[in-house]
Amino acid sequence: MESANELLTILPVIIIGTAGLLVMMVDAFTENSRTAYWITVLFSAIGLAVSVNSLFGPTGTSFYNMIAYGGTAAFGAVLVMTGTLFSVMLTREYLEKTGRHIAEVYSMMLFATFGMLVLVQSNNLVTLFLGIETMSISLYVLAGLVKDEKKGVEAALKYFLLGAFSTGFLLYGIALLYGASGSTFLVDIAATDEKGLIYWAGVALLLVGFFFKVSAVPFHMWTPDVYQGAPTTITAFMATASKAAGFVAFILVLSRALPDVRAEWSDVIWLFAIFTMVIGNILALVQDNVKRMLAYSSIAHAGYVLIGFAAATGAAYSAILFYLFAYTLMNVGAFGIVAYYEWNKGLDFTEIKNYAGLGYQQPLMGVLMSVFLFSMVGIPPFAGFIGKYRVFAAAIDEGLISLVIVGVLASAASVYYYIRVLVYLYMKEDEGAQVTLVKPGMLYSVTLVILAVLTLYFGINPGSLTDLLLSFKDAAY
Amino acid sequence: MELYWFLGLSAVLFTIGVIGVLTRKNAIVIFMSAELMLNSVNLSLVSFSAQLGDVHGQILVFFALCVAAAEAAVGLAIIIAIYRNNLTVDVSKIHLLRW
Repeated sequence: MESANELLTILPVIIIGTAGLLVMMVDAFTENSRTAYWITVLFSAIGLAVSVNSLFGPTGTSFYNMIAYGGTAAFGAVLVMTGTLFSVMLTREYLEKTGRHIAEVYSMMLFATFGMLVLVQSNNLVTLFLGIETMSISLYVLAGLVKDEKKGVEAALKYFLLGAFSTGFLLYGIALLYGASGSTFLVDIAATDEKGLIYWAGVALLLVGFFFKVSAVPFHMWTPDVYQGAPTTITAFMATASKAAGFVAFILVLSRALPDVRAEWSDVIWLFAIFTMVIGNILALVQDNVKRMLAYSSIAHAGYVLIGFAAATGAAYSAILFYLFAYTLMNVGAFGIVAYYEWNKGLDFTEIKNYAGLGYQQPLMGVLMSVFLFSMVGIPPFAGFIGKYRVFAAAIDEGLISLVIVGVLASAASVYYYIRVLVYLYMKEDEGAQVTLVKPGMLYSVTLVILAVLTLYFGINPGSLTDLLLSFKDAAY
Repeated sequence: MELYWFLGLSAVLFTIGVIGVLTRKNAIVIFMSAELMLNSVNLSLVSFSAQLGDVHGQILVFFALCVAAAEAAVGLAIIIAIYRNNLTVDVSKIHLLRW
């Protein structure tokens, strides 16, 4: 019964994979796309429950050490499933109301989630590569979901070309590390004695591949275009679930395959963290399109997360995981509100000037937007504050004072572009065009309220989650 | 050592691929250059595998080929969609999204 027990270690992957195939078949045989939607929501919820449950289970490796389960990998699955469940719940109403409902979206989202789950559980560079590619290829399709919309298809093309380009670097890095160490298992790579040119070139190329996937400056060029062009709830999915999966895999690779050369890569990441924070925030300041502003803000957030990677201690990794959780909640929420404003016809509701005075018309949506944006700024008592605080604290413990100073200044500058949205929503009533907003659906509002409540809850009461994450320290390090 | 000839060829092909992606304007040619990058890596993997007497590298090559095929299927579909919308596949003329 050994193999049956091994299957249990990848239970979320199996659930999501089955659901993807099922939804594809259901979609082929039924007219009604609601069936596909409800199956997707149901299976995502089960997947989330199973991965939350596995947080408290054993840790170890299975499938001949190809898969790691429990600990950091289990929390990675929780992050991915949270992002997926909430963005799926928002997707149907958004696509229906904007008149572009295409039922294939659910199976593609589930296949992308499948790839992410494999990615966060990988203990071998082959599984890692396959996870990243399953995720990316599904995301290329999702970005160009509406195939007669020029912006969406252009986003898909840019994502696809730069994604294929970065895959080349990642695979070359994997190949060279394999050549230097004679194995693709993360632990065997850590045991490499002879660190010659091939080894260092492999490490460098692998880092470049990862920097592309998590959109660190200067490998961020695709992010704003793709996030702006893709359908908004799909952007929420890409910005949260796939980003979180990439970062968790980055933790696994750095802590398991390259722990003994930590001094070298942490200096490199130090430099990239500064570039990412500064350039991400500066470019976000000048955006007039809300989706594009949120895209640059997600680059800036990647910069704050990289501070944790530069510190590279067990405490820093647990802080990163908490940050990613907060980031997932508030970003799905913020993109969800933008998606809601887009339901309204007549004006382009991704442009900030059209937001004038909208905050009073649908008070609930205005309040929720404020919650998510304040959380992104990092104002207590929201989860975003705790995340930032813990990452910065872990970096100060490692003596990275200058890096933290840049981080704090950058996040102070970020107040401008987040609050600007609220200024338009609440304080520019007279300038706005006269539009009457449609009422949001019940399920849509409830989803967003849940996200806001979770953001607030983990801001006020982070203790239980942070203790749990700190207990992973040994597994990941 | 013979291995270094293969690695050298692979590095040269990879560099040609990178230069192709960065300089060409036609989306299909850019995609071909990206495929060249992947295939040059496959050459590295196979030669390492032969050198080490270990089969894992060759298995990874099969996976890489499958991924490249899946990517080609999706990529060419996206390029067709781009052509239908813009009547061109020249990436320098497709710029609704910038800054």
